[in-house]
Amino acid sequence: MDYNFHWRPVFNKLPELLSAGLTTLEVATLSMIIGIFCGLLLAIARMSDNKLIRWPATVWVELARNTPALFQLFFFGFGLGAFSIHLSPYFIVVAGLAFNNAGYLAENFRGGFQAVPDTQIRAARSLGMTSTQTYIRIVIPQVLRIVYHPMTNQMVWAVLMSSLGMMVGFRELSGETQFFASKTYRMFEYFAVAALIYYAIVKVILGGAKLASFRLFRY
Amino acid sequence: MIEIKGLHKYFGALHVLKGIDLNVEKGEVLSVIGSSGSGKSTLLYCINALEEIQKGAVIVDGVDVHAKSTDMNKLRQNLGMVFQQWNSFPHLTALENVALAPQIVKKHSKTDALAIAEKQLRHVGLGEKLNVYPSALSGGQQQRLAIARALAMEPEYMLFDEATSALDPELVGEVLETMRMLAEEGMTMICVTHEMGFARDVSDRVAYFHQGVMEEIGPPEQIFGDPKSEHTKKFLANVR
Amino acid sequence: MSNTVSVFSGFQLNDIWFMAEAAGRTMLISAVSIVVGTMVGIVCGWGMNAGNFIVRSTLGPVLDLFRSVPLLIQLVLFYNFFPIIGWALDPFASGIFVLSLYTAALVTQVARAGIDSVGLPMRRASRSLGMSYWQDMRYVVWPIGLRAVFPAWVGVALSVMKDSALVSVLGYVELLRASQILITRTQEPFLILAVAGAFYFALSYPLSKYSQKLEERWAS
Repeated sequence: MDYNFHWRPVFNKLPELLSAGLTTLEVATLSMIIGIFCGLLLAIARMSDNKLIRWPATVWVELARNTPALFQLFFFGFGLGAFSIHLSPYFIVVAGLAFNNAGYLAENFRGGFQAVPDTQIRAARSLGMTSTQTYIRIVIPQVLRIVYHPMTNQMVWAVLMSSLGMMVGFRELSGETQFFASKTYRMFEYFAVAALIYYAIVKVILGGAKLASFRLFRY
Repeated sequence: MIEIKGLHKYFGALHVLKGIDLNVEKGEVLSVIGSSGSGKSTLLYCINALEEIQKGAVIVDGVDVHAKSTDMNKLRQNLGMVFQQWNSFPHLTALENVALAPQIVKKHSKTDALAIAEKQLRHVGLGEKLNVYPSALSGGQQQRLAIARALAMEPEYMLFDEATSALDPELVGEVLETMRMLAEEGMTMICVTHEMGFARDVSDRVAYFHQGVMEEIGPPEQIFGDPKSEHTKKFLANVR
Repeated sequence: MSNTVSVFSGFQLNDIWFMAEAAGRTMLISAVSIVVGTMVGIVCGWGMNAGNFIVRSTLGPVLDLFRSVPLLIQLVLFYNFFPIIGWALDPFASGIFVLSLYTAALVTQVARAGIDSVGLPMRRASRSLGMSYWQDMRYVVWPIGLRAVFPAWVGVALSVMKDSALVSVLGYVELLRASQILITRTQEPFLILAVAGAFYFALSYPLSKYSQKLEERWAS
């Protein structure tokens, strides 16, 4: 093996890479927040009796789950260009990831709603609670507990998927790494460091979620 | 007073209650017995409007339960209900389980709601379990929690839907004991039950339901000692 | 209408063949990776279940790494690593290597869950009948565990099929890369992406519905 590793240039760019890591975290978090909101609406829409509400929701969920995430990003990238809609790379990534997150989360939420027994609703109503009170105080807290773990996993996925930003010209951690690496031809060194940063981000998310769950769910 | 007049209930094509007429006076304890599928649980759901009815009327203290203008949520506060599946809210402690409805339905302050909850939990013998989550309680304790939760709304009527049938045999006693205590305190109660001992010893009257019809109603001594209907005789012979 | 006209001027019959060929390459690289990755994953899953402390404490973190680093990064990293150790792997071979390892990391978890799903009492029962360890594995654990996790395995396979699109980063012309090339030339992004999306969907949707049905049937 006659390859000389050069780590110094990579370490010199470490501040830039770490700040790109924050960008990664930012788009992942933003896409999760939008995804949770849309996912809840989709889950409720898919349980509706009205076909006009159920159908579009089903199409969204199935497209998100049955096509590659990169395809979805391309769609928000050049696909919308056909309608003269041009998003900035930042919004391509956020919209693409949010679309994907919403589709997967909707199915989790739907399972969560179905896992709360009807008898819980009956018991709450028999105490004189309105249906809104029953949803907010009894059903949703239980659903959140059921979907907490899948939601954590989806957040990890969002971080991993955000690396696709590199393919649509967005300079999150992968895009930034690619940018520096292609200038120096030290591809391996740069991407090895990026891999470690991703690993650290994922572990921090999982650890944080675990700590939070001890506080959130004491039952 | 609860008045039930010519009540009919269908689930689709299934005719589950076929014209029930029944009055329950203040302070009375009525036990409803009968085999499963006889419509006795459905009757309870119709009384506090958890199920709609197709014909007839249910009138509680002069208010028509199923009238469109009736505020169901207000009415239900006066009709405590305990279910076969105890349905404690798993994400709340025993105290929070009981305090929730007084706080958000009756709009008591949080302090008052907690005080009411503590009083009721002590009343049913759960004074030691105030801050425990339901997952750490036995079935019998959870059922007593459900009773306390209903009592915290200070209802004038209590409806028990087979409150002991999902319990392990050794836990049935403590729940029946709590129900007996309520009866002795003068609570008006309708108890759908399979516990013949309870029906005989505690109730003022016993009603026997068969295939959606109230076959017979009378004092326990008469129903158990001298049943008039052939169906009642057959049923009692089988459960003994 | 102007859209429709420009479609025919830009997009030609040849392009359909170009995309079909690329779709074939997507299927090829996915199929090979899924087969190899599944075999490796089953062995690793068994190792995580039955192996000693050393096996488990080395295998565990390594596989965890493959699940905690974006596949895209893994692809670039390995593609640039092979020349360092003197291997000359083209994008196709590199893609298969990485996708297989990635699949293996996911299948390991599935396989392990499958073995765990066959409870100890059942395995004690089979051993008490005088079955050897391998007989127990072959006739009891395998059929029962397979049934328990087959739907999860279908899920992994489908996600690898979709993730194979990322091999395009190495310049391998699979379906999405082909679409990108055509879009640049024809300026017909919507039509071309719709065709590519429809292909993935047609492959993924029926299989995922089928495995969902199996799961429901086996659960009851």
